[in-house]
Amino acid sequence: MNQPLLQFNDKGIYCQQADVYLDPWRPVKNAIITHGHSDHARWGHQNYITHYSNIPIIKHRLGEINVSGKNWNETFTINGVKFSFHPAGHIIGSAQIRVEYKGEIWVFTGDYKTEDDGISVPYEVVKCHSFITECTFGLPAFKWEPQADVMTEINNWWAENHAEGKTSVLFGYSLGKAQRLLKYLDPSIGQIYTHGAIENMTNIVRSMIDLPPTIRVTSETKKEDLLGNIVIAPPSAHGSTWIRKMTPFVTGTASGWMAFRGARRRRAVDRGFVLSDHCDWTGLLESIKATGAEKVICTHGYSDIFSRYLRELGYDARTANTQYEGETNDVNNDEL
Amino acid sequence: MKNFAELIKTLDSSNKTSVKVDALTNYFLKASDEDKVWTIAILSHRRPPRPVNTTLLRLWANELANIPLWLFEESYHIVGDLAETIALVIPTTKEHSDKSLTEFLQEIIALKKKTDSEKKEYLQTNWLNLNYYERFVFTKLITGSFRIGLSQKLMTRALSKAENIDEDTLAYKLMGDWNPNTITFQELILDERNSDYLSKPYPFYLAYPIEGEPESLGNPEDWSAEHKWDGIRSQTIIRDNEIYVWSRGEELVTDKYPEFQSFIGNIPDGTVIDGEILPFIDNQIGAFNDLQTRIGRKNVSASVLKNTPVIIKAYDLLEWQGNDIRNLPYEKRRTLLEELFTTLIGKEIPLQLSERFTFSTWEDVINERMKSREMKSEGLMLKRKDSPYLVGRKKGDWWKWKIEPLTIDAVLTYAMRGHGRRSNLFTDYTFALWQENENNERELVTFAKAYSGLTDAEFRMVDDFIKKNTLERFGPVRSVTPKLVFEIGFEGIALSKRHKSGVATRFPRILRWRHDKKIEDANSIEDLKNMIS
Repeated sequence: MNQPLLQFNDKGIYCQQADVYLDPWRPVKNAIITHGHSDHARWGHQNYITHYSNIPIIKHRLGEINVSGKNWNETFTINGVKFSFHPAGHIIGSAQIRVEYKGEIWVFTGDYKTEDDGISVPYEVVKCHSFITECTFGLPAFKWEPQADVMTEINNWWAENHAEGKTSVLFGYSLGKAQRLLKYLDPSIGQIYTHGAIENMTNIVRSMIDLPPTIRVTSETKKEDLLGNIVIAPPSAHGSTWIRKMTPFVTGTASGWMAFRGARRRRAVDRGFVLSDHCDWTGLLESIKATGAEKVICTHGYSDIFSRYLRELGYDARTANTQYEGETNDVNNDEL
Repeated sequence: MKNFAELIKTLDSSNKTSVKVDALTNYFLKASDEDKVWTIAILSHRRPPRPVNTTLLRLWANELANIPLWLFEESYHIVGDLAETIALVIPTTKEHSDKSLTEFLQEIIALKKKTDSEKKEYLQTNWLNLNYYERFVFTKLITGSFRIGLSQKLMTRALSKAENIDEDTLAYKLMGDWNPNTITFQELILDERNSDYLSKPYPFYLAYPIEGEPESLGNPEDWSAEHKWDGIRSQTIIRDNEIYVWSRGEELVTDKYPEFQSFIGNIPDGTVIDGEILPFIDNQIGAFNDLQTRIGRKNVSASVLKNTPVIIKAYDLLEWQGNDIRNLPYEKRRTLLEELFTTLIGKEIPLQLSERFTFSTWEDVINERMKSREMKSEGLMLKRKDSPYLVGRKKGDWWKWKIEPLTIDAVLTYAMRGHGRRSNLFTDYTFALWQENENNERELVTFAKAYSGLTDAEFRMVDDFIKKNTLERFGPVRSVTPKLVFEIGFEGIALSKRHKSGVATRFPRILRWRHDKKIEDANSIEDLKNMIS
């Protein structure tokens, strides 16, 4: 019985005692899912277990699946192993998974952030012995400004473009970032338009949170209608013909990667706003400390560097290879 | 400083030339005269000497960041820019600073003479008093140039708009050896002056590469042609019994080439020659690589002078008998230059005429171009006979027509993260070719580094491959499973003792990704050596 409670294998994070996987990346029988992003909620599992609010999102992505929903803090037991979901603050519905067996407690964070964004249920510290944490932004170079300041910056940018009669195109991932941006855009500046992918996802999220009205950009939308207004689009729309029709426009991207000058220039966007749905350096270190964990396993991100630093701080820390897409600082594959 | 930091931020965050020029024009309209002088100086790479070495900078920044030094170094490798890393890891406080750009620069100049503890105190206080972007700009003023994609030409254009002074006149005023700490804006930009024009070079006229075939240039009779030399573009000024040699980078390099002192007395005062500095060993033009021993050195030793003598190949005359003759037609200037050379016959000075060749059809030109490697040139220059000597890179009158690069298929073996805009991708590659070792086994031997030539999409694919096929990590460098083959192009090639492969290549760059080739199909060092003519 020296098997660790959770192990990493080629399919995902495996709990042998319960025969379930957490966020598996290959099709399995039983999958417990942290949140709706495509690198965590994948296609092809026989049974999905997730927090209630993720169900419509995952169904929208994957079609009809066999899924059961749980509440926050609701304990469900599989072959003696107790599981429960706790808010991760990453996007709407995002959860950490707490796993307990014979008094030993593990927590898998999925993706998380410590700042309360006002749309996800805020991150909650869960005490544990072993903590499996993402570290997408696990470098001391990443320190976020408060959301309110960044949103002021974004609204000022929009207002400037509005004054110059240009369309503002703001890129953000269609699940999570897009709704977070929407929520805090200032509708007194102009109208908020959305790319179809974002409109579809937003309509699903609307049943759970209050968001300002949006207009879908369609083939009938005239570029004159858009002037001075803002369009929220997924990063993959950058450089597409869809967007070129909106001339004159200015582009902006909201992402943690925008902290690096090089990243913004490489994407050739006019403005970069540093706004992330992941923990910054301080957020990671503080939450690890707060869990009381002795053992830390770092998954996607700057995991080698981050775990080495944790070892110097006295943690029993190591890295594990996963297929979560932490380091995709890429136009088409933004931080998930 | 706030305005300057804001300016740099705007320049840095736009890819549009018009936005950059507008931002700079507005800045010039509002800035104080002394800040304007410093801004011009910094944007034209006239930074004060570095007052602190980067080791100490890292150490002191790291102390404020309160992280282990290795973590700082790792962050630096990923961020790709030292000043940016320092600005990012140091915490932002509620403090602020109202000092002007000029005040900061004067302090930075004064800092050089201070003790280490005073330097540390100064830097740490200021780092904590500035916001993130100001902190970045402040540190950049100390460490190096801003790579913000703003050429001297665009800076001059903005200044021209703000001050309502002709762009070419400004370009001339901004050239040469002026000190931002002592010159005033009035003296630099506004005053008409003659006395200190003694060392001033004229802005260089630069050629564009020819588009398509030379037939498109029209009648061959309207054109003059010569070989294009592969050395250092230079301007040699003889005025008032003194010589000044400028390189194209607007660097005064007179002291690096003492052999040119012999021009004084042989070439009359009031002469300015446009030409190329070339290595000239055993009465033959050498490879650009030979010049390396002359470029980096402050003090030129007798042995270097003996081993790597240089000459200037003259191709144009800009000033004659004290008159600026740039507006004369090229043909007329050339005639004057050739006349000057007739007076130099029999004089042992390291100055040669870049000979023009005669041709009557474009066919002749094409044939001459094929002799380029043999002539030790990198192709041809075509100049319109009636053209004036223009300022900067302008299309129409001067064209360069380089020969096709030499190429070889090589294997990707090491990779490093790029810098600046590519800091998050592995884009700096090392390539290897096959060689037989003493046991008669074929092994891959490094021969060149290259970091340009692929599209952004290709770089992402290679980056992805590297991350998945890393063998070992050495700090920022990764060794990679040899699998990908690329066609590498380069301009020149020479034997070299400094290179593991025994060969040095000039301007290596990636021409294309050879998806169709396996590593076994890549070329060998032997193949490369066979290219040395």
